[in-house]
Amino acid sequence: MTSLISARSLTKTYGDFVAVDQINFEVRKGESFGLLGPNGAGKSTIMRMIGATLQRSSGELAVLGKDPEKFGPQIRAHLGVVPQQDNLDSELTVRENLYIYGRYFGLSKKFLTPKIQELLEFAQLEEKRDVKVEALSGGMKRRLTIARALVSEPEILMLDEPTTGLDPQARHILWDRLFRLKEMGVTLLLTTHFMDEAEQLCQRLIVMDKGKIMAEDSPAELIRKYVTKEVLELRFGSDKNSLYVDELRQKCDRIEQLPDRILLYTNDGETLLTEIVGSGLHPITSLVRRSSLEDVFLRLTGRSLIE
Amino acid sequence: MIAKGAVAIAEGRIGKPLEKYYAGRTRAPLQRSFIAFKSSAWLVVLSGFVEPVLYLFSFGFGVGALIGGITATDGSTISYAAYIAPGLLATSAMNGAVYDSTWNVFWKINESKLYQGMLATSLGPLDVALGEIAWALLRGLMYAIGFMIVVTPLGLIENWWGLLAIPAAVLIAFGFASFGMAATSYMKSFQQMNYINMLMLPMFLFSGSFFPLTVYPEIVQWFIKVLPLWHGISLIRGLTLGQIDSSILVHILYFIVMIALGLWFTTKRLNALFLR
Repeated sequence: MTSLISARSLTKTYGDFVAVDQINFEVRKGESFGLLGPNGAGKSTIMRMIGATLQRSSGELAVLGKDPEKFGPQIRAHLGVVPQQDNLDSELTVRENLYIYGRYFGLSKKFLTPKIQELLEFAQLEEKRDVKVEALSGGMKRRLTIARALVSEPEILMLDEPTTGLDPQARHILWDRLFRLKEMGVTLLLTTHFMDEAEQLCQRLIVMDKGKIMAEDSPAELIRKYVTKEVLELRFGSDKNSLYVDELRQKCDRIEQLPDRILLYTNDGETLLTEIVGSGLHPITSLVRRSSLEDVFLRLTGRSLIE
Repeated sequence: MIAKGAVAIAEGRIGKPLEKYYAGRTRAPLQRSFIAFKSSAWLVVLSGFVEPVLYLFSFGFGVGALIGGITATDGSTISYAAYIAPGLLATSAMNGAVYDSTWNVFWKINESKLYQGMLATSLGPLDVALGEIAWALLRGLMYAIGFMIVVTPLGLIENWWGLLAIPAAVLIAFGFASFGMAATSYMKSFQQMNYINMLMLPMFLFSGSFFPLTVYPEIVQWFIKVLPLWHGISLIRGLTLGQIDSSILVHILYFIVMIALGLWFTTKRLNALFLR
C-alpha cells in the first residue's frame, strides 16, 4: 500500500520546548489513522505541519510525496481541514460558506453548484441552507465544517478533535458521517483525546504523550498487547482505597490506583470479584468492563487521558 | 467539459511568480466581502459617507461664515468650505481604509479566525491581503464619489482637475489600508487597537485639514510633512483647487512607496502568523 503521509524524525521545537520529538509514522491510502493523546501531546502541531501551515524544526515530512514547506498550496489543495476550533464564516449562510470556501480553492460555480447540494445532503443541513451560521447548534456547525472541508474533494480529511464539546447525540451523528466517508475511501487523519472515538473511528493509531510516540497499532491490538482483556473497578471510599491496594495486588495481573477508584487488570473480572468478596473485602461499588485504550494509555504513561 | 478540480488548479500555479504567497485569486476573498456586505448593517456603511458631509456643513459653512475666506499660496482668496473640503475627503478616505484594515482585520484574525480558514485552502497570504485591501478601496471609492456628488453642486470644486480627487482618494485609502493591515497583525488586544485611533485623531486635526501649516513653527511643519495624511490632503487640495504643480507628483510617489512597503509587510506578517 502506498503511504500518503510519511514522517521521519519529525520535530518541532519552540525555544527550549519540544512540542514534537523525533517521531516516525506513515499514513496509508484509504485508512483512518488516529493520533491519540492528552491535550498538549503535540497532536495539533503535527496536524498543522502536515497541513502546510506550520514549518517543522527538523526531520522529514512528505505529504503525497511532496514537502509541505516547498509545495504548500499544492498540498493544501489535496487536504480537507477541520480545525479544533470552528472557524466558519459567521457573517454568511450555510450555503454561502460552502460556496465561498470552494472559491478559495479556485473552483468554478459550475463545479460547486452540484457539489454544494451533495454536501448539504451529506451533512444533513438541507433545511438550514439559507440560515446564518450563528444560528446553528454545535453539532450542525461541526457537520458544516466537515462538509466545507470536503468541498474540494480532498484525498485526505484531517480532523482535529472532531467531537470535543459536542453532546453524546451529536457525537454519534458525526461519527456516523465520518464512518460513511471512510467507506467511500477517503483517508481520515484525526486527533482525539477520547478513547471511545479512537476505538470507533481509527483502524490504526499512535498513542502520544509529551511529543513522543508511546505505541502504534490498531486499537484491538494495542489493548491485547498492553493490557488484560477485562478490568475490575472497585471503590472502597476515597480515604480507604489505599488501605486495600497491597492486599489486592497479589490477586491480579496489574493494579492501578486512581484518586477515586482502584483498577484491577485481569482476564476474568467476574471470577476475580467473587474471589475478592469471598476473602472478606466489601467494596462500595464494583464494575467489570472490557479494557479500553484509556487503560492502554494509563499503562504506557501512568496518567489518564483526560485530566 | 469537466470542471477543473482543486489540485489541478493549484498545480497550475507551479512556476508562477510568488507561487508560495500568491495563487492569483484576489477575487475570492473580495467576493466573500461582497456576499457578507449584502447582509451588513447599512447604517454603519452610510455613516462613512455622512461624517465628512456633517463636518463640511458645520465647519465649512458654520465656522467659514465667521472667518470669510483663506488666502491661497497663489494670492487668490478661496472660501473656507472649499479649503477644508479636500481635507475632509482625504480624512474620510483614511478613516474608512483604516477602519476596514484594522478593526475588521483584527476581528477576522483573532475572533472569527477567518484567515486561518482561508489559508488552510490553496490561497496564499497575498491573495488574502490584496482581496481585503481591494474591498476597503471599493468602499473608499463609493464614499469619495458620494462626497463629490455633494460638494460639486456647492461650487467647492474649482475645475475639472477636481474629478481626479476621486482616484486620489482611492490612492490614499490604498496606502493606509496596506499599512493598517500590517500594523493590526501585531495587535494582541482590543485595548491596543485604540492606539491606532490615538494616532489618527491628531493627524486629522493638525495635518492642514482646517488651516494652513504656516501657523506652526518650521520644525513642527516638517514633522507634519513626514506624515501621510498631510500628503493626502495636499494632493486632493491641489486637484480640487486646480493648483497643479510638481508637488502633486511627490505626494503620489509618497503613497506609491507607502503601498509597496505596506503590502510587502502585510504579506510577511500573514505568512508569519498563519504559515509558520
